[in-house]
Amino acid sequence: MSTASSRAGGTPQDSTTEEGLTPVIETSKEPAADRHGGVPPLLEVSDLHVSFPSEAGPVKAVRGVSYSVRPGEVLGIVGESGSGKSVSSMAVLGLLPDSADVRGSIRMDGRELLGLNDAKMSKIRGKDIAMVFQDPLSALTPVYSIGTQIIEAIQVHQDLDKVKARTRAIELLDLVGIPDPHQRVDAFPHEFSGGMRQRAMIAMAIANDPKIIIADEPTTALDVTIQAQVLEVLKKAQDVTGAAIVMITHDLGVIAGFADRVMVMYAGRPVENGPVDEVYYRPRMPYTIGLLGSIPRVDADERRALTPIDGTPPSMVALPKGCPFEARCPIAIDVCREREPELLTAPGANHPSACHRSRELAEGGGEGLLDPATIYPIPPLPEAHEIERLPREERTAVLEVDNLVKHFPLLKGAVFKRKIGTVKAVDGITLEIKEGETLGLVGESGCGKTTTLLEIMDLTGGQAGSVTVFGKDVREVKGAKARKALRRDMQIVFQDPMASLDARMPIGDILAEPLKTHGWDRARTDARIPELLELVGLNPDHSDRFPQEFSGGQRQRISIARALALEPKLVVLDEPVSALDVSIQAGVLNLLDELKSRMGLSYLFVAHDLSVVRHIADRIAVMYLGRIVELGETRSVFHEPSHPYTQALLSAVPLPDPQKERARERILLTGDLPSPANVPSGCRFRNRCPKYLQLNPGEQQRCESEDPQLHTLAPDHTAACHFAEALAVV
Amino acid sequence: MGRYMLRRLANYLILVIVATSLAYFLAALSLNPRANFEAQKPRPTTAQIDATLKTYNLDPETPVVVRYARWVDGIAHGNLGLDIKGGSVADDFGRKVGVSIRLLVIATIIGSIGGVLVGAYGAIKQYRFFDRWTTLASFFLLAMPVFVVAIALQMFAVNINDAAGSTVIQYIGEYNPTLSGFWPVLISRLQHLILPTITLTLFQIAQYSRYQRNTMLDVLGSDFLRTARAKGLRRRTALMKHGLRTAILPIVPLLVYNIVLLFTGATFTETIFGWHGMGEWLVLSITTNDVNSVAAVSLFTAAVVLVAGLLSDLIYSALDPRVRFS
Ligand code: SF4
Ligand code: SF4
Repeated sequence: MSTASSRAGGTPQDSTTEEGLTPVIETSKEPAADRHGGVPPLLEVSDLHVSFPSEAGPVKAVRGVSYSVRPGEVLGIVGESGSGKSVSSMAVLGLLPDSADVRGSIRMDGRELLGLNDAKMSKIRGKDIAMVFQDPLSALTPVYSIGTQIIEAIQVHQDLDKVKARTRAIELLDLVGIPDPHQRVDAFPHEFSGGMRQRAMIAMAIANDPKIIIADEPTTALDVTIQAQVLEVLKKAQDVTGAAIVMITHDLGVIAGFADRVMVMYAGRPVENGPVDEVYYRPRMPYTIGLLGSIPRVDADERRALTPIDGTPPSMVALPKGCPFEARCPIAIDVCREREPELLTAPGANHPSACHRSRELAEGGGEGLLDPATIYPIPPLPEAHEIERLPREERTAVLEVDNLVKHFPLLKGAVFKRKIGTVKAVDGITLEIKEGETLGLVGESGCGKTTTLLEIMDLTGGQAGSVTVFGKDVREVKGAKARKALRRDMQIVFQDPMASLDARMPIGDILAEPLKTHGWDRARTDARIPELLELVGLNPDHSDRFPQEFSGGQRQRISIARALALEPKLVVLDEPVSALDVSIQAGVLNLLDELKSRMGLSYLFVAHDLSVVRHIADRIAVMYLGRIVELGETRSVFHEPSHPYTQALLSAVPLPDPQKERARERILLTGDLPSPANVPSGCRFRNRCPKYLQLNPGEQQRCESEDPQLHTLAPDHTAACHFAEALAVV
Repeated sequence: MGRYMLRRLANYLILVIVATSLAYFLAALSLNPRANFEAQKPRPTTAQIDATLKTYNLDPETPVVVRYARWVDGIAHGNLGLDIKGGSVADDFGRKVGVSIRLLVIATIIGSIGGVLVGAYGAIKQYRFFDRWTTLASFFLLAMPVFVVAIALQMFAVNINDAAGSTVIQYIGEYNPTLSGFWPVLISRLQHLILPTITLTLFQIAQYSRYQRNTMLDVLGSDFLRTARAKGLRRRTALMKHGLRTAILPIVPLLVYNIVLLFTGATFTETIFGWHGMGEWLVLSITTNDVNSVAAVSLFTAAVVLVAGLLSDLIYSALDPRVRFS
């Protein structure tokens, strides 16, 4: 069970503090109030340790976290999966399982919370400290209405009768932007969309005017335009309650414009901590530097390779001594293997970081110093394949989709189904991919991108329209043999590598499978496997290992190797990096880029993350409700987005750049994506279109009655809007 | 919602008719009532037997379809026919159902509530003493035939009675028919109820608690339980109000079906403790070639399944808003 200990005074390593560095761990000797302009901290976590028992020994999930939050302040905690960021905030709420061993000190308004019993903690939870969780579907009880759950939250802490509490619940729902709160208060969680559920969660969190709101990945499962809405609501909630916010996320972009200060966590400890501008512009710790360099940016000017951080985070059961980042650090020295660095402010720096070399890491580098911009070797851009050097018009098309349609009947009834409508999942899509080209297909969930991809891979030609692969109309390809040959030339890589790799097969056999199917003999197959592993950057001697022995990024490399086994010409990538942490994602993206140039591949890259697509795609197709609304060369679409939906989408993507982020004006969309069973007349975007609202009635009439077709704006740039007009948003 | 239930009702009704008809044909074709009369002493004449069989609607010479039609016609008039001894099946029926209800009500209530609580608590205390112990006990019970448990209980009761010096716990029959007056009869009935109730309760707890433990374990790690506590609900309140409430949903159909089907499924318990309920009647009527009684029990069972189906639909949709409007 939790025990408060008096170790808040500092870590045992204090005695080894190097000369010239000042410890920053808040000590009881020095009241924090003095350093923060007289405002005492609201929440003070000092030297928090959390460990869980496991069969392999205790898992040290949090190893000495200290931070403080002042009233009204926003602290961002960033880290990848397993960094201890969520566990440390669960500890603040006292919601860790009984088996967790929690030590250190957590004080709110000077009162020690650690060691309080459930009864006392219950009075604080939801009242002084409120919480917003990640996945709002599973975070709301399915059997109670939204209203009931908010009323419950109110009544636990306030002496209000049912009627008053209900009125208050409706007020709260209205505040967080739920349309029609009087009716919606009685709705159940499954009747709300993801974004609305998260709004309801926020309503619940602010029901009792909390002093602190802890938001744990509040927008992670949401689409980017919905994320922008929810962040806006969270800001509003903060304005109304004046609460401080602790925002936990893996997304450096989300925090950049939202937080005042940021703490970067790695392997259970904070490794860098300071005001956002300081940390983002003058990072002093190689992990932070690497993280910032590995994020693809929507506002990138030119194409550059990302700087991945090699390797994977250490196991939290048997941490090596020394710096936990040592194995992945490009500038590690001997002392790094000996001693774990403390979180200290280096001379010349304005914020603490945990690195033995942080004093050398100064912006711009210089005499005897290290330039943060260059400590990671920037991988060279792969040399362009001869095909890629040809002008686009001279290359042949590998995939041509013309007016592809996929409608599903909407059925009702258990035994005797009757049709009550049509789901227009794919409603007339035209696109083309040439040799050596990557087309990025982006759109939010429910826009039909997955259906499009499945229809193409199906090789049946769809309900209407045509699919032409390597110059052959798939409808005309008859016979098993011809189809097999076609399939050999187009391969697919899925999002979740664990689900698509058979866990009972060594990876050598997994890679051999497609070869066998296509009649390769034993000797040729055996020679090919090490070649493939090497191709994707894995050790060729590891072919007898099983998928679970590899990390997520490595597994995705195996999937890629399998797809490439037969040297296809077209590879379809379905969200290939969205399950990976950013530092790992960068490596996979670089690999894809390199393979493409090396083998002259073409990619159809389906993703929801615009920055990833921006990085990898030559051309981009933006999908909305079963249609492509904007299509064109990447640069041109990102610099001059012309469809109002593309503009909103791009403006919703947070940039990992605090100053730019603060200066940005977001185009917020109202409401959720309509159901593809209920497509509006005329322009399908009109009920959410910000531009529509600015048009005069005559023009609006046109949007309502006439379905806009893609029309050309620039040589390779089309948009389906009657009033398309370029607008720079990033 | 109403239309949905009506449709379900129609489906179940068809099912009842099909099942009962099949049971009638099966019983009428495979049982041999003539043997009963031939075994009687003194043996009636063949002519007498034929005549009796005819009046009982059991005559093997009459085409089975015709017998079936007569039986159905009887049912339409509230007449379940005659049993093998010439009594009214409907009268038997009323009596046996009464016995079964008296036997099952208490056991079922304690069994279901107990099963849910034991299972849920076991899940909360996963791998602790209570959980290990109840898991072991449950599997031990479930692996054991009913009569072993029943007889063990009877022996235990004998010991208690010996110790008490009087018969506190009765082990055979429903009540002592020699007693009269409200209180003496009630006390006698309760004394007779103790052992069969314990037997039935134990088995129900053992079975339901296993299911409940699993569904509760799923819920314990859920995010919504964490949300409930983050709101400020105490651990126990959150566990009951949000946890158990949700974890009970998946086992509702199971509970309802099991309870309702116990009506004809408690054969062993009834036989061992000398209660003349539906379960015992079913077995008895088969062994005595009593076609009309078998058909009546089948009709009853099918009707009971219908009720169970509707009941579980109703309860489920009352408890789970997610199915309410579909
Ligand atoms: S302490 Fe050493 S290994 Fe750790 S981050 Fe700094 S330089 Fe790299
Ligand atoms: S056609 Fe009209 S409604 Fe549609 S995107 Fe353009 S302006 Fe908006």
